[in-house]
Amino acid sequence: MNIDLSRRGFLRLAGAGVAATSLGAMGFGEAEAAELAHVRAFKLATTTETRNTCPYCSVACGVIMYSNGDVKTGETAEIIHIEGDADHPTNRGTLCPKGAALKDFVKAPTRLTMPRHRAAGASEFQEISWDEALTKIARALKDDRDANLVQTNDAGVTVNRWTSTGFLAASATTNETAWLTYKVVRSMGIVGFDNQARV
Amino acid sequence: MTNSWTDINNTDLVIVMGGNAAEAHPCGFKWVTEAKANRGAKLIVVDPRFNRTAAVSDYYAPIRPGSDIAFLMGVIRWLIENDKVNHEYVTNFTNAPFLVKDEFGWSDGLFTGYDEEKRDFDKSSWDYKIGADGFAEVDMTLSDPRCVWNLLKAHVDVYTPEFVENICGTPKDKFLAICAMIGECSAPDKVMTSMYALGWTQHSKGAQNIRGMAMVQLILGNIGMPGGGMNALRGHSNIQGLTDIGLMSNLIPGYLSIPTERDVDWTTYMSTKGFKPLRPNQTSYWQNYPKFMVSFMKAMWGDKATAENDWAYDYLPKLDVATYDILRMFEMMKQGQVNLYFCQGFNPLLSFPNRAKLTEALSNLKMLVVMDPLATETAHFWQNHGEYNDVDSAAIQTEVLELPTTCFAEDEGALVNSGRWLQWHWAGGTPPGEAKHDTWIMAGIFQKVRQLYQEEGGVFPDPILDLNWDYADPAEPTPEELARELNGRALQPVYDPADATKVVTEAGKQLLNFSQLRDDGSTMCACWIYSGCWNENGNNMARRDNSDPSGMGVHADWSFSWPLNRRILYNRASADLQGKPWDPNRKLIEWTGERWEGVDVPDISPTAKPGEVGPYIMNPEGVSRLFTRGMMRDGPFPTHMEPFEAPIANALNPQLRGNPAARVFEGDMAQFATSEEFPLVATSYRLTEHFHYWTKHNPVNAALQPQAFVEISVELAEEKGIANGSRVRIWSKRGQIWAKAVVTRRIRPLTCDGKTIHVVGIPLHWGFMGAAKKGWGPNSLTPFVGDANVETPEFKAFLVNVEPAAEEPVA
Repeated sequence: MNIDLSRRGFLRLAGAGVAATSLGAMGFGEAEAAELAHVRAFKLATTTETRNTCPYCSVACGVIMYSNGDVKTGETAEIIHIEGDADHPTNRGTLCPKGAALKDFVKAPTRLTMPRHRAAGASEFQEISWDEALTKIARALKDDRDANLVQTNDAGVTVNRWTSTGFLAASATTNETAWLTYKVVRSMGIVGFDNQARV
Repeated sequence: MTNSWTDINNTDLVIVMGGNAAEAHPCGFKWVTEAKANRGAKLIVVDPRFNRTAAVSDYYAPIRPGSDIAFLMGVIRWLIENDKVNHEYVTNFTNAPFLVKDEFGWSDGLFTGYDEEKRDFDKSSWDYKIGADGFAEVDMTLSDPRCVWNLLKAHVDVYTPEFVENICGTPKDKFLAICAMIGECSAPDKVMTSMYALGWTQHSKGAQNIRGMAMVQLILGNIGMPGGGMNALRGHSNIQGLTDIGLMSNLIPGYLSIPTERDVDWTTYMSTKGFKPLRPNQTSYWQNYPKFMVSFMKAMWGDKATAENDWAYDYLPKLDVATYDILRMFEMMKQGQVNLYFCQGFNPLLSFPNRAKLTEALSNLKMLVVMDPLATETAHFWQNHGEYNDVDSAAIQTEVLELPTTCFAEDEGALVNSGRWLQWHWAGGTPPGEAKHDTWIMAGIFQKVRQLYQEEGGVFPDPILDLNWDYADPAEPTPEELARELNGRALQPVYDPADATKVVTEAGKQLLNFSQLRDDGSTMCACWIYSGCWNENGNNMARRDNSDPSGMGVHADWSFSWPLNRRILYNRASADLQGKPWDPNRKLIEWTGERWEGVDVPDISPTAKPGEVGPYIMNPEGVSRLFTRGMMRDGPFPTHMEPFEAPIANALNPQLRGNPAARVFEGDMAQFATSEEFPLVATSYRLTEHFHYWTKHNPVNAALQPQAFVEISVELAEEKGIANGSRVRIWSKRGQIWAKAVVTRRIRPLTCDGKTIHVVGIPLHWGFMGAAKKGWGPNSLTPFVGDANVETPEFKAFLVNVEPAAEEPVA
């Protein structure tokens, strides 16, 4: 007899009464120990819970993320489960087919992990360091701004606008990211500034 | 949304038109289900397709894509004709009694002042008569033929049920049944709510669609009411926030505006922001504009913004055109006038119209920078993916940088939901690989640019060198630091305006809310409408008390709702002229004889006397507008316009094409089709299993809806010889795509102007990156034209053709 019984199988077996004798023959205590050794601890009992909101539509359902490790204490944290937040007044724990699969977004195979650069005419990306990437961007911004900032119009009015560089902002970044982005973009004089409000 | 998701529970009637909430906002739509179960509310759906929302509705009617204004003006005509009007509300809380200039008029589908060459109106006649006392003239008896109410009656006269049926394809009996259901909500104790989304906005006259329903709601007296309002269901989790903070060409945070070239100096700019009340005793809250604006300039440039230098007015760019919106930028890119372009969490290659034009435009850039958690199509626009992205990589000289960012799970901060709740969230996971927060990336770019200007000098470096950047770690400002700036703080002691010796906030302290903002430079505040979100009480956006003592879904102690934690906008109008709630069972606020009190923060000064101070405090009139003066480019009333690509001519004027005031770039007009070439009407939409172009990266969602399809009617399938599940080719004047055909009775042919009109439905979730099967979205087909007022692309009504196609070879 296979000792590796599932708990449900074990109960069914015991309940059917097949087996006072066979259980007795095996030694009931031994079976229980084997069963205990097999049952996994509840997966979420040792995780860190973090409150968040779904990043998709504007209902903004509350979610609870469960992670191994706690980022707040500086640990590496891996999210292993995300579910609806029953305390949230809007969704009261419910999630739609997108929200229910949020962990798949966090762990999508096509998540980006490294800055990459595609040279003119190339057919592939090459990995690049953050410092190289930001240096390239800063150089390009300064050169284009110095060359193309319109300081005055034909009537001599100071206009300080820059139209040859544009910036599209997101739809799911935080207010705090939005404000910092606003400061950086506007201080340079960029007017080709927009977000995803229309689509 | 004027109201909140949980407030929908208070309604008697929901109309979903211009959206499909059950599919696209399922957990918010749950409150419709609750209202149906709890108080017997009814649900009306008007849509080209018998969609998922229609499947649980009490009444459904079809409509031709792009004909909503005719339907809504028809509803208004019916309400007036059948006296289903909240007269006290209309007379006292709208501009119905205001007299309009004698020169204003409307004929042949056009308002006075049209200039065909400029595609624009001279709007000078679209305004009130102003009396000798400087106030707008009114006739409270509504008998003057020039009052707004009588002009509106004349304006909607053409929209008979027969006209509606002929234009919209909505059977007359269904239209009238819906009018009757809506009409019941003119009673003070019956309330309707409108839930809409991109089904209304993505038209060349999208803003007028929404105006149309807002007017219906005002006539019924349903704006400001619990269970009422105009509820825009925003499509993305923080697009409300991004708009509030003004990340648009022409905006400053809190709906202030970037100056134009006409605003030659600070004084001129401010002279256009006077907002002098148009009637006696009115609040006209925008009179505080200078306080918001100076506080914003102090948030940007700190000590470098002074009264002497007009608060660094020269540091702000001045616009020469209305906006450098996305459509304009891609047009300029195509013309070779743009060198660098940044996409932060945005995938325009799939989300903007006429993909062939977008690819050509991106190929003209010197550098494209994409910041995203996912590998987007835009970042890979230069990469050949066979027929799904058939480009010659070697010929594309654009340098591309793809920067990995964190996603929601690894980031902290606030998102603003559709109901204006600023909800704080916390990071729970470690970012993958070298992915970084957007704040770190933006700070990194800025620090390096500033360093270059410090080292090399350059053209007008002042606004960059002087940008206020007093963060503990200049390389990565924290969400807390940034949120505190959004709230604002005192730079010098702030005094009580009523008592100049009394300090209300000491220097260095967070401001209580925007009532403490000053125009003398003593306060800084990045976004005045958010002020109160992080004051000396702490982070109010992180509040998590979900109690609801009133039982009305107010949840006043959950997060923070702008403005001032107010949950329902215009809630003063939920009470009558004496300040008594229209419906005693929906008591939100009331006038006690001395002040306004209730379960929500009153949307009026607490001591403003009812009957004296109007409820619409942001408007100089003190009332809402059935007639919008010269504030919209395409007319002070909504008028029927066809889409730029339409199956029939405009019944009001066959010479008109699309919205006569919409901007069209040269070259795009030639790419608009006629119904002779392309006889089928197409429209785009979402599916519940997917979010835009993100979830196709998720294995679970990719398995739930793996492959692109289009929906066509049984009748069209028979006509074209298309079998259910077979492959079809769909093409427009701008491109072609292939997809599986779903032959369904959810879409039925309509009859308009004597013609049979077939509708093709195109879900939008597929591309060439991610886990799902590769495919195309509707944007390969759609026209490059936007709404006349806000440039939202016309995705919801355009022309295509369909034919059977060979099946794909089995791999």
